Amino acid sequence: MSPTEKVRDFLVSNLVTFEDDLKLHDDDNFFELGFVDSSFAMQLVSFVEEEFNLTVTNEDLDLANFSTIKRIVQFIEKKKS
Amino acid sequence: MSDNNRQQTIVDEARCFADDYLRPRAGNFDREERLPKEIIDEMARRKYLLPSLPEAFGGLGLNPVFYGLFTEEIGKACCSTRGLITVQCSLIGESLLKWGSKEQKLNWLSAISAGEKIGAFAITEPDVGTDARGVQTIYQKKGNEYLINGRKKWISFAEIADFFVVIAAFGSEISAFMVERDRAGITILPQKGLLANRASHIAEIEFQNVRIPVKNIIARPGSGFSFVAGTALDHGRYSIAWAGVAIAQEALDCMARYALRRNQFGRKIAEFQLVQRMIGRAVANTHAARALCLKVGEMRIRNEKDSAAETSIAKYFTSKVAMEVSTDAVQVHGGNGCGNSYPVERLFRESKVLEIIEGTSQIQQQIIAKYGLRKYGKPLKSNKNC
Repeated sequence: MSPTEKVRDFLVSNLVTFEDDLKLHDDDNFFELGFVDSSFAMQLVSFVEEEFNLTVTNEDLDLANFSTIKRIVQFIEKKKS
Repeated sequence: MSDNNRQQTIVDEARCFADDYLRPRAGNFDREERLPKEIIDEMARRKYLLPSLPEAFGGLGLNPVFYGLFTEEIGKACCSTRGLITVQCSLIGESLLKWGSKEQKLNWLSAISAGEKIGAFAITEPDVGTDARGVQTIYQKKGNEYLINGRKKWISFAEIADFFVVIAAFGSEISAFMVERDRAGITILPQKGLLANRASHIAEIEFQNVRIPVKNIIARPGSGFSFVAGTALDHGRYSIAWAGVAIAQEALDCMARYALRRNQFGRKIAEFQLVQRMIGRAVANTHAARALCLKVGEMRIRNEKDSAAETSIAKYFTSKVAMEVSTDAVQVHGGNGCGNSYPVERLFRESKVLEIIEGTSQIQQQIIAKYGLRKYGKPLKSNKNC
């Protein structure tokens, strides 16, 4: 799976929504859509660190880095480069 | 010695510490509504204030499973002492370790470990509990400083704390700050006459135009709720899950000992089947609660993606079990269970609080239900291999 597919797969499995077949576009801001609970951001950070073998530091902690699939993948690529 | 053996030795030593220093005095701590400084100093000497943190930061390097077992040993003997570890280690220590600057980690974690500085995690307010995103304490940036105004309530160890981790808002942006107690504009109002956690030095904190330097922000502006508080509360829930196991086991021990020594109608009350029903249920539920926590501990060691949701399940379940077992322990003690000559009345009061702190049972049920709907509600797929 590509990084985009891995991130999408995680999000679709973990976002708080009652939709049976969630269609999430690369630019959809799931924080603004209200699909998250209080522990989601922390779970997302753990997933990114574990799956892509990188460390998210306090300097990376801009919610914008984690708000859409596209931004997350860009963040991962930047950290890996 | 293997690392597992090293960690098990620490847990065994914690059991001896709890037996010698805590259990015989826990009733007095509760009645006097204070945790004596010599207890905190002794815990610092043993490095018990940050047990799950790496040794490089003054911790004992316990992994989540051994940290849980350690929490159970301390929590069985004294709920307020366990609360001190929950606040210093799970709430403050873990969130600083993850998101603090290098300077914050070096300065504050070593001071906590040495017992030189006690911290308090200030998120709850008079009008803001479960809806923590709605904090009304506000901050404003003024040059090289932040200005904080507002009021926090139900803050464990605030009465004796040297510093506070304060969650505050600037519009919709929520941030976390390190605020030293001796800054001008801070007033501490101890809360007395509480149901439980009476030796946890719970207090209100008032911030009036409190100025702190910009370096005191934890991580970045806007990361206070989603990341700093999120990390703290996840670790806090795990600690409280084990606190539930601790109270359930202690209440079960008290219940079983009492039932084997109390005679009525010429027989030990342990021989009566309705007493056995309560004891049987307590044994099964306490074992199940511990098994759940051990499973979650293993998941947390592996950083599994479902570990936060499974931690909520453990916290919800063990707090419920602690309440049930301690209620039955009071019942088995009869009239003797209703006074402070026996510890079960204290365990009964302490267990109620576990169903409220670090996310109420009702919020946990919602989190668990949504997790279950995601996990188990997927449409059936035809599988040609079956």
